[in-house]
Amino acid sequence: MDNLPTNQSINRDVGVAALFIAALRRDLMLSLRRKSELVNPLIFFLMVITLFPLGVSPEPGFLAQLAPGVLWVSALLATLLSMDSLFRSDFDDGSLEQLLLSPQPLFIVVLAKIAAHWMMTGLALTLVAPLIGVMLFLPSEGMPGLMLSLLLGTPTLSLVGAIGAALTVGLRKGGVLISLLVLPLYIPVLIFGTGAVQAAVTGLPIGGYLALLGALLALGITLAPLAVAAALRISVSG
Amino acid sequence: MSFNSFSEFLSMGGHGLYVWLSYALGLIVILANLVLPLQAGKRLKQSLARRIHREAKRS
Amino acid sequence: MAKAEKKWLPRWFYQLASPRWCYQICGKLLPGFSLVTLVLLLGGTLWALLFAPADYQQGNSFRIIYLHVPSAILAQSCYMLMAVAGAIGLIWKMKVADMVAKSCAPIGASLAVLALLTGAIWGKPTWGSWWVWDARLTSMLILFFLYLGVMALNSAIESESTAAQSTAVLALVGLVNIPIIKYSVEWWNTLHQPATFKLTEKPAMPAEMWMPLLVMVIGFYTFFAVALMLRLRNEILRRERRSGWVKELLLVK
Repeated sequence: MDNLPTNQSINRDVGVAALFIAALRRDLMLSLRRKSELVNPLIFFLMVITLFPLGVSPEPGFLAQLAPGVLWVSALLATLLSMDSLFRSDFDDGSLEQLLLSPQPLFIVVLAKIAAHWMMTGLALTLVAPLIGVMLFLPSEGMPGLMLSLLLGTPTLSLVGAIGAALTVGLRKGGVLISLLVLPLYIPVLIFGTGAVQAAVTGLPIGGYLALLGALLALGITLAPLAVAAALRISVSG
Repeated sequence: MSFNSFSEFLSMGGHGLYVWLSYALGLIVILANLVLPLQAGKRLKQSLARRIHREAKRS
Repeated sequence: MAKAEKKWLPRWFYQLASPRWCYQICGKLLPGFSLVTLVLLLGGTLWALLFAPADYQQGNSFRIIYLHVPSAILAQSCYMLMAVAGAIGLIWKMKVADMVAKSCAPIGASLAVLALLTGAIWGKPTWGSWWVWDARLTSMLILFFLYLGVMALNSAIESESTAAQSTAVLALVGLVNIPIIKYSVEWWNTLHQPATFKLTEKPAMPAEMWMPLLVMVIGFYTFFAVALMLRLRNEILRRERRSGWVKELLLVK
């Protein structure tokens, strides 16, 4: 009983940055232990990409024209697929409730969880994307645009998707519902992301697109964790 | 009046199908928004009244 | 502090929080609103179909505007009302606001469908095809998707208060996103199809053309009020079925 007050004072002393890093490390370690969670979105990404030449046409010129949109849509779907697991396991084992009850600001914890999720999906997708771009005959001029737009766009996808995940975490059949809630909200990122890749392919400046994606990301970082925190409190208490 | 005869009014200068189809859909949507809640309300009131009577008898 | 708050919000705002008062006031307002709606919609339709001049470019297919534009405006206003009501429900824990938000969704979705269908039908004589990826039509389609998401979430959650709160959060997120989506879709549209013939953009509409449109828009607003009150009364009865006043009301009948 004696060390309880000291414990609390330690808790209060935990700075925002330390809290963020601790939460980030915890989530990264957890998902690294379950290898499937890391690999599944990537495999899904690859498979969806494979379907397009098979389903539409393997002709290089046509595929090159299709590549920006196909890459972005597949990245979007792959992110969406992994979204359901963001809060699910924490909700199932009760640690989510502990997080909500803890004195630490939920905003930071949520942001760290989303950042960890993005590193496991969005960042991985960004790194794999050039390979798949080559498979789809995307001209090499388009690669920087593809990488940069994915780098700026996928965090927004994770942030917005987290709202859907938080809203549906208490439901058993949340998976399909998330896509229904979140897909319309993904449209601006998709438009500007493909716009950036297409501009890069045709040799136009991509600064404007990246600035818009960056603006969306800034808006997402400031507002989405608030919505996620509110949604989590509602889902868990209800 | 922008039409001289009734048949002219119906044909809408060749666009009759589109105009009348639109207005029919508009009528359907408006009526559905009024009729469905009214029906649902009637059913709800009936079932609630039945339940209240049942509970009154039981007690 | 409490006094200042009381002055800040008018008395009816607190009265609205009482489901019973709300049920009664809706019942009193309904006949008047229904009458006004009937007069406005009937008069507006007759005016639009019979007396409004035909467009010099589009001919008589232009008359679809009198349904398309009001339903599109209402679909957007309805989403805004739904989000605002949801926010009020979240902040002040007001049950009636939750019920308003829930009743808004199906009406707004049906109006979005009407706007989409009339837009598509109008597109046939104007563009020669039933569907064109026009910026306005596309953003209306996305608005429809947002409505579907809200309705799906609301029906998926069993607990009524949790469902109301969750939908309120989703509606607010959607409200923040609507301008972004609208802007991005418009920008995407100009990128892909430069200078198409826009449906509802006229350089200057003469008064004979926009007067019936104004009547129709107001008529649609009052129609929306009627439809909302009908649904709201059902919702109040359903949620308050255990309270004394509902039992009294139904036993008298």
